[in-house]
Amino acid sequence: MSVGELRCIGLEKVYDNRKRALSAVDFSVPTKGIFSIIGRNGAGKTTLVRILATLLEPSSGTATIDGLDIMKDAGELRKRMAVVPQEGRPLPWLTPLQTISSYLMWRGESYRVSRRKAEEALASVELQDVSDRLNHKLSGGMKRKTLLAMVMASDAEIIFLDEPTTGLDPISRQVVWDLLAEMGRDRFLFLTTHYLEEAESVADRIGIFDEGNLLALGNMDELRASMRYQYSVRMSCGIDLPEVDGRVLKGHDGRVQVLTTREEAMRLSDQFIGRDIQFSVNPVTLDDIFYNIAGRDIRNDVGGDEGGGE
Amino acid sequence: MKRVGNQVLASILVNAIYEMKNYPVVLLNTVLSPLSFLVLIFLISDGALLGEAILGGLIMSMFQSGISLQSDLSHLKNDFKLQEIVVSSPTSSAVYVAGMALSEIIYSSPAIIILAILFALVINVPFIQVAGIVIILLMVFLSSVALSFALSTLSTDIVQSYSFSRLITILFTSLAPVYYPVTLIPEPLQPLAYLSPTTYAAQLAQHMAGLTQVSSGMFVFDWAVLLIFTAVFLWVGYRKARWRDV
Repeated sequence: MSVGELRCIGLEKVYDNRKRALSAVDFSVPTKGIFSIIGRNGAGKTTLVRILATLLEPSSGTATIDGLDIMKDAGELRKRMAVVPQEGRPLPWLTPLQTISSYLMWRGESYRVSRRKAEEALASVELQDVSDRLNHKLSGGMKRKTLLAMVMASDAEIIFLDEPTTGLDPISRQVVWDLLAEMGRDRFLFLTTHYLEEAESVADRIGIFDEGNLLALGNMDELRASMRYQYSVRMSCGIDLPEVDGRVLKGHDGRVQVLTTREEAMRLSDQFIGRDIQFSVNPVTLDDIFYNIAGRDIRNDVGGDEGGGE
Repeated sequence: MKRVGNQVLASILVNAIYEMKNYPVVLLNTVLSPLSFLVLIFLISDGALLGEAILGGLIMSMFQSGISLQSDLSHLKNDFKLQEIVVSSPTSSAVYVAGMALSEIIYSSPAIIILAILFALVINVPFIQVAGIVIILLMVFLSSVALSFALSTLSTDIVQSYSFSRLITILFTSLAPVYYPVTLIPEPLQPLAYLSPTTYAAQLAQHMAGLTQVSSGMFVFDWAVLLIFTAVFLWVGYRKARWRDV
């Protein structure tokens, strides 16, 4: 029995409409810290989360979490896991306190204990002042925080969060990131996102998904190390770019980016300083890694869902 | 056992108590539907069909409670993803449905209490007859709950769910002879009325309340049909409901 890891073996999902959402996904990650799957809309992220969270049956393949099979041991796994679905919203006719305490009761807690834990959880996310306000009167950020506080208040050790910050403003997103980092200290968080900066900022390990395939997996250093070019040189357009050992990309903002080696980045820097050209040199970001691996920009979405849950 | 009790209570709180507490106006809705038909039948029949109308109100309340579960569960599942949150928790499908079904009864309790008081005042029958009527009401409720759960787990469209709930309620409680004896329907149309399980429930309840008489053969037949309807709906609920999507 493999303990302390999430393992997928040949996991496939083909929906009734013949859309292939997952293609023989194989990977394993330790069940501690924060693991984030990044990918464009329709990449298969939600399908993977729903299968692992025992909400959806795979077409073939298997997956285990801490040695428990997602199909055969679903009952046991459900005692240890919690999910915040992509489009999950707190019920508008409840208050945050009622939302969290009811959820804890579904997990088996008594009314009295669940109320106490709900109050503590709301205080920890600084929502104690609105604990008795109806959910429909809360801001989008407060609603998200309520759902996160809900799973935080539970005893679940494995938490699936499907795009927890989609639609939030940058400040609310930062608040949620702080919460995620706190939750990830003593639990395993499986997070999907298409905000690369989110994955880069909070995740210990990152999986890059595209068209139902896992293209890469590792921490930021490992992902960078897997790149042929590990440095990014950015400069304004219109300059006469010398011959370079690297990959030249032209951004939508008119700027030119060169993905290159450390040595080449240094050489270019020397040249640009000598010619008084404004530029910046940085290690490649997750954005660059995604582009390099998936062959396209993550934000160049064509939209669409993940094939539905049927 | 205590754990299951807490899980059932969670459903009741979410789907009935908290909504009634936070929005007391919703109580009016649950009272108005069954009582408005009762008043209408009472007025049209000049009071002669008051007993039938009270029984009809009780049957409608129980059936509507069960069928409302379909649109409520569908709403919670599709619009708020509540079912996904609950599926991935220690609560089982049976416990979730039991709690939600009880919540519907509690939601309808103002109407049921008023109708029960009217029943006690107007219909005087021995306890055994009352027990029989309660069993009939429970069978009506169970059938509609089972059917509702299966339909809700398959549903992905809330507008369709609400429309379907309303349609089934109208067909089975307003058009079917639930508030009045089946004999008041023109004879050529009576076979259509017997397509609805609530017709058998009403006929049995009216007979047990001493309001109408059916032959002993018909009495046994009515029970048999009601049992078969209940068993089939429970089977459909058990076999066809999807807790985990496929």
